[in-house]
Amino acid sequence: MAATSKPINQAPAIGGQQRTPQQANVWQRKSVQRMVQGAVAYVFLIAGSICFLLPLLWMFSTSLKPDSEVFQFPPRFLPTHWDWNNYVLGWTALPFNTYLLNTCLVTFSNVLGNLISCSLPAYGFARLKARGSNILFMLVLATMMVPFQVTMIPIFILFSKIGWVNTLLPLTVPAWFGWPFSIFLLRQFFMSLPRELDDAARIDGCSYFRIYWNIILPLSKPALATIAIFGFIGNWNNFFGPLIYLRSQELYTLALGLNLFRGQYVTYYNQLMAVSLLALAPILIVFFFTQRTFIQGIALTGIKG
Amino acid sequence: MQATLPTRRQGIGKMALREERAFWLFISPWLIGFLAFTGGPILASLGISFTEYSILSPPRFLGLENYRQLVEDDLFYKSVINTVYFVGVGVPLGLLLAFMMAIALNQKLRGQTWFRTIFYLPSVVSGIAVALLWGWLLNSDYGLINYMLSLVGIQGPQWLFSTTWVMPALILMSLWGVGGSMVVFLAGLQGIPEHLYEAAEIDGAGQWAKFWNVTIPMMSPVIFFNLVVTIIGAFQIFDQVYIMTNGRGGPANASLVYVLYLYRNGFEYFKMGYASALASVLFLIILGITIFQFAVARRWVYYEGGEPK
Repeated sequence: MAATSKPINQAPAIGGQQRTPQQANVWQRKSVQRMVQGAVAYVFLIAGSICFLLPLLWMFSTSLKPDSEVFQFPPRFLPTHWDWNNYVLGWTALPFNTYLLNTCLVTFSNVLGNLISCSLPAYGFARLKARGSNILFMLVLATMMVPFQVTMIPIFILFSKIGWVNTLLPLTVPAWFGWPFSIFLLRQFFMSLPRELDDAARIDGCSYFRIYWNIILPLSKPALATIAIFGFIGNWNNFFGPLIYLRSQELYTLALGLNLFRGQYVTYYNQLMAVSLLALAPILIVFFFTQRTFIQGIALTGIKG
Repeated sequence: MQATLPTRRQGIGKMALREERAFWLFISPWLIGFLAFTGGPILASLGISFTEYSILSPPRFLGLENYRQLVEDDLFYKSVINTVYFVGVGVPLGLLLAFMMAIALNQKLRGQTWFRTIFYLPSVVSGIAVALLWGWLLNSDYGLINYMLSLVGIQGPQWLFSTTWVMPALILMSLWGVGGSMVVFLAGLQGIPEHLYEAAEIDGAGQWAKFWNVTIPMMSPVIFFNLVVTIIGAFQIFDQVYIMTNGRGGPANASLVYVLYLYRNGFEYFKMGYASALASVLFLIILGITIFQFAVARRWVYYEGGEPK
């Protein structure tokens, strides 16, 4: 920290040049400083928002364009008339209803599996004393960073030996055996709950499982909601797993369906954007309704880490 | 195992034993998952990397042959260089952008929640739909990005069809998803106690001095966290490249990233042994980066109340 040794009373440090005392005074006044700072922040934020929203608006606008306007140059920002039919045409061009059903099946199974199989170990790590528990927890932390791609070859071989390739099982079964990230998050949350509750219940003769089920879980709804939402988004968007394991089109998830559509209807950008938006719709809806939990959740993971 | 437990005080010993048994029961889902889907496969991957294996015929032991091939494989180097390019340029740019946005948001302005939602949204909707959207935005003839560039008199490049511009295009797209890091930064900024700034002001600190001597040191653990997480995430880039380059990593392998090359060997050529060698190297790279970061962190990350346990 070389910076600390520098004298730090040379405010304002914006620009190095000398100012007349009067200028400096106006500049130094707190309210003025605040205002300038606020204005700069606003300009930056508004410009940023436009950049961040434009792609999604463009997606929506493209999805409503009639075929003749998609490749117009210079492009129109709004279609001359809104062609909602693109959504119907795109969705029925391939069996997207089947893909949707498969995606829902995988997603909901995995969210449920995650909630159960992560909260159980999290409770064990947070509350129960046992030899070796610290070492095991270190193992949980260490495996948080292991990417899926490192282990996918042996797992693929395993699943292909037991005949699970081209079924939904490889995409659903592993979620029922814990996920280090969620275990860590839940364990941190459980640790923050007062231990007196457990002790009182123990004295009343409650089993560990009843404490977990009737005391810890009901108090942990915010953390469980975070896990559920993360799981929902992650599974809904998952591409790599289905790409490796699914062959028959009747098992495809939305991610694979979109990829297939892209390959077959290369130039139908309006329909492609329409089905992409439909595939995103559940995520957008979940996001808008659970924003608060979501943002708190992600902040929690960052700060505790 | 259990018989050797010290049972000097019978009652407590029994309780502790029951607690211990409960512990193992509770963690069993994770333990099975760890053995079957993480720990086991990491070791298996190492084992398979010493063989030639196509799943259909039994594995044939090769010793270090796969690794020897790796050292001579131009595409392996190409994929490492492309990935390092993506990580080395994309991660610093992304974190800088996320940090700036978080600081702007932390000014406690009206509409803060709205801005936060807007910035965060793209990182949530990632996935195939977004890769398809960016493929369209980056379309060299009809895409929005080249149209915007043409408005300011720049002839946009061929993006996904240019060996020079395909990686910058992927980086540009990744910048759209920095909202996740931003939210973490913002939470960190909001956690800095106000009294530190007040104390600095009493000492006569200006905006920059406060920024360098209060904000940055207090934020260093959060910056560190984001750095580790985004670097590891960026090393795994696959979906976007696969979708946007039709699974080819083109043009001329200019966007062949590491995981795509791994995928290609495993699931297009069915060279499980060679793919496992690649996976083991990836594991070592990520392990190395993580250890390096933690080692270096001691020098620059400031933890309030001393080192973390």
